[in-house]
Amino acid sequence: MQPASQATLEFLKLYWAPLLCGLAVVAVLPLIAGYVVLVERKIMADMQARLGPMRVGPHGLLQPIADAVKLLIKEDVIPDSADKLVFWLAPVLSVGAALLSLAGLAIGPAFQIAQDINIGILFVVGISAMGIFGIVLGGWASNSHYSLMGALRSSAQLVSYETAAGMALVSGLLFAGTLNIKSIVEAQREQGMWFVILAPVAFFTYLVASIAETNRAPFDLPEAESELVAGYMTEFSGFRWSLYFLAEYTNMIVVASVATTLFLGGWLRPFASVRWLDFLDFVPPLLMIAVGAYCVLRVPKQPSRMQQWFMLAVAGLCIALALVLAMPVIAPVLKASLREAAKPFFAGIHGGFWFLLKVSAYIYLFMWLRFTLPRYRFDQLMRLGWHFLIPLSIINVLLVGVAMIAGAYFHLHGWWLLLATTPAALVALVAALLILAAEKQSETRPDRAVPSDFYAG
Amino acid sequence: MKAVSETVPATKGKTALSIETTSDHKTLLGADELIINMGPQHPSTHGVLRVKLKLDGERVIGSECVIGYLHRGVEKIAENRTYQQFAPYVDRMDYVAAVSNGLGYCEAVEKLLMAEAPPRARVIRTILTELQRIASHLLWLGTHALDIGALTPLFYCFREREEILKIFEKYCGARLTTHAFRIGGLQYEAYDTLEKDVERFCKDFESRIVEYEDLLTQNRIWLGRTKGVGILTAEEAIAFGVTGPVLRASGVKWDIRKAMPYAAYDQYKFEIPVGTTGDTYDRYLVRMEEMRQSRLICLQAIENIPSGPILAKVGKVLKPPPGEVYHAIEAPKGELGYYVVSDGTIQPYRVRIRPPSFVNLQAFDRMVRGHLVADVVAIIGTLDIVLGEVDR
Amino acid sequence: MLDKVIFYFFAGIAVGGAVLTVTRRNAVHSAIFLITSLLATAGIFLQLRAEFLFIVQIILYVGGIMVLFVFVIMLVNLDVAVRQIQFARQKWVALVIALALAAQVGLMLWSSAKMPGQGLPVLTAAPANQLPLNSEEVAKSLFDSYLLPFEIASVLLLVAMIGAVVMAKKRT
Repeated sequence: MQPASQATLEFLKLYWAPLLCGLAVVAVLPLIAGYVVLVERKIMADMQARLGPMRVGPHGLLQPIADAVKLLIKEDVIPDSADKLVFWLAPVLSVGAALLSLAGLAIGPAFQIAQDINIGILFVVGISAMGIFGIVLGGWASNSHYSLMGALRSSAQLVSYETAAGMALVSGLLFAGTLNIKSIVEAQREQGMWFVILAPVAFFTYLVASIAETNRAPFDLPEAESELVAGYMTEFSGFRWSLYFLAEYTNMIVVASVATTLFLGGWLRPFASVRWLDFLDFVPPLLMIAVGAYCVLRVPKQPSRMQQWFMLAVAGLCIALALVLAMPVIAPVLKASLREAAKPFFAGIHGGFWFLLKVSAYIYLFMWLRFTLPRYRFDQLMRLGWHFLIPLSIINVLLVGVAMIAGAYFHLHGWWLLLATTPAALVALVAALLILAAEKQSETRPDRAVPSDFYAG
Repeated sequence: MKAVSETVPATKGKTALSIETTSDHKTLLGADELIINMGPQHPSTHGVLRVKLKLDGERVIGSECVIGYLHRGVEKIAENRTYQQFAPYVDRMDYVAAVSNGLGYCEAVEKLLMAEAPPRARVIRTILTELQRIASHLLWLGTHALDIGALTPLFYCFREREEILKIFEKYCGARLTTHAFRIGGLQYEAYDTLEKDVERFCKDFESRIVEYEDLLTQNRIWLGRTKGVGILTAEEAIAFGVTGPVLRASGVKWDIRKAMPYAAYDQYKFEIPVGTTGDTYDRYLVRMEEMRQSRLICLQAIENIPSGPILAKVGKVLKPPPGEVYHAIEAPKGELGYYVVSDGTIQPYRVRIRPPSFVNLQAFDRMVRGHLVADVVAIIGTLDIVLGEVDR
Repeated sequence: MLDKVIFYFFAGIAVGGAVLTVTRRNAVHSAIFLITSLLATAGIFLQLRAEFLFIVQIILYVGGIMVLFVFVIMLVNLDVAVRQIQFARQKWVALVIALALAAQVGLMLWSSAKMPGQGLPVLTAAPANQLPLNSEEVAKSLFDSYLLPFEIASVLLLVAMIGAVVMAKKRT
């Protein structure tokens, strides 16, 4: 066993750090996903003029733990005629793909599990595309016609919108010039502005496509409750169902991270390379102080003693976080010798904060759309993807390419590049409106040719 | 996995409208025509309705509604109750709009007795019935939007419906099955703040309707899901005997409140909204406008509630002279008719109820053919059926 | 050392997956094992520092082609196929040909081990940071040296797509 143990030692020496980070993320992510679910329920309640979970723990904060415990102790029901191997494999594939794609993302300049992948963005997108198998095999394994139909519809939807999402990413990548995640963010710093300003149509296309990619409303027909039960997830209960759920929310985090990295500047603060806007570096600590102050103000309004103490604790946490965030901006003034040593650490904290803020805003947009819009019917959904989004994204790639060539020809850099890209965006917008108008003309009507005799029977 | 070709066991002795399983018609992929079953337990069939759909791929080529899961023998029970004893039973038919049911029944028996409710009672009846119409349409809007995927209007609608149910509770003690009216008028006097409550509700309600319309009326996805879905032309609607907002959305201007006024409707000015194409979107617009018109009726009514007695002198023991009467009202769902036959005793000989949902459901097959399965739920919702009424 | 272990690990999965693909009765199981085999091949690409090929193998082959395979398997009624005899009448011919091929490849490997420098070329891996970026190399060759074949391949794909759409339209 010498070579085997030698190889293992070599492996561990090289990769102990990412392994540890990976294990930590896999251990912690279910908890985080659970709290994202709680946040979603609270936001849903807020938009629906009610309160949301309030009973389990103060303000419902222990609800995810209760849900997790319930799901874990539920009986594992496997349909008799189900294919055992595939039934076991399907949720594993979904979760595996989602978690693996997390590995390629960089939350700050310092936090990345798989460091410095040449093909960063492509890796993330490609691996998360593997999650389709989890859905298809899940529908198959249930050996139920409805589940299979739901699974096939869902995967057809995912495959269709992947093309549009990919094309949208290509438009953004044209500006970055590289697939490496850290280099993309650095390119945005060099450019002086986020790529969303340079390629707004691409961002919008990616936004819509990512909503469809994660099976969220208004594209959630395959898993809607009022349709044929719950689609591919019908037969999965307990822990298996929670794996699918975890996969869905992890996918949401992944697409939000990809969009943030490529379009919203990753971990850069707004206008990262503009010196006179450096006071924006104070925004994170001030934001946390504002949240803490709000919590303190709400303390008298809490109904019970326990809840008042709890609010005070939350406020204290926010103030502590604000102090941690304030250090990078205050420390350089205090002690110059510390500055260089602590720079990456501080950049990491602020970077992480901005990144998480942007990801949260993106996910909030997802949730907002879910609770506002009705659901698309499946054929309308596919029509939107194939007839509108894919042509628009391809046209946008062409226009952005032309804009970049024009920019290079006239030596436009930084903000001057907007002179080339804004007309391109406007032309793309006009193209979008034209496509929409053409679509309206050719909407499918149900064929009423089938006659029925009113007076029969 | 074996291809599912029939999920419904074949039954002998079918009626003319039942579906046969045909395995000789193959679709393009070699799959057979599929019969799938929705319900009776289903999140979107609004009760215990069972719908058998015959599908060709995703398109519906035939359907059959199986009803009777909520049949309670109400009409038979009527033969063994006195006229007043039967009044609470009618609330349980269309349990979403109980007040209208009570209005129809009480007025039918009053016709038999050749008595008339006093003016004050008629006006208060009108106010409560119009509030009930708003409540019924609010429930319809919330659940219909929920079926199509809009999660939020349900909660907004229920917030308003809550206000109306509070008014009912203050008036007669019950929110849902109110038994608000008595034969001959009302039992309870209007409580002191009734006018103020109704006025406050109506004043707030206009902005709320605007809220619902902001969410839905111009929404591209809502339009896509409801325009052109479930079209019922005017001739078809009349041929099927469809009434209510479904009929009006198809273009037929027929409302019993205007055609054969009852209660106090002839005193108030209101419009009858009429649609053009008879699709789901038109039915949505018609019901939204009806909510606005009901609000106007309420505002007009509370300005001038006449004073006087609230119960006519019909006596404690009701023995209508032998005869029969058919009295129809415009319930929120359509024409609700009561055909009461009296043989001179204290119990009716026969009470036949013409429920609007039962008759409207006949048009379901016509409306759903050629559509996709996802539209079936929208069409069931737009018909606004209540199974308590369909099955009785 | 680690390189060798990782290579044999991926290669073993690839071969095992391939064997299981052809020996399963259930078509969906075959598809799953084919996916496993393809993923292992992608792993070998990654080891060869061809990361673009690795990810494209996953996106296109596994995430596109295999998804469509699985679609078709699930939509088409395969009961008839399962009941048929697998490997009908081809067993012996296939065995003879496979042994002949194996003998040839074995002979090649043995002779190059015996005569270094005259058999198969022996390649040593360059350190990773000296290699040009794989994505950029592929892009350069596609758009520079092999532009015409690339465009012809695109036109071929377009023709195939149009043909598929035309054939799939229902005759109404």
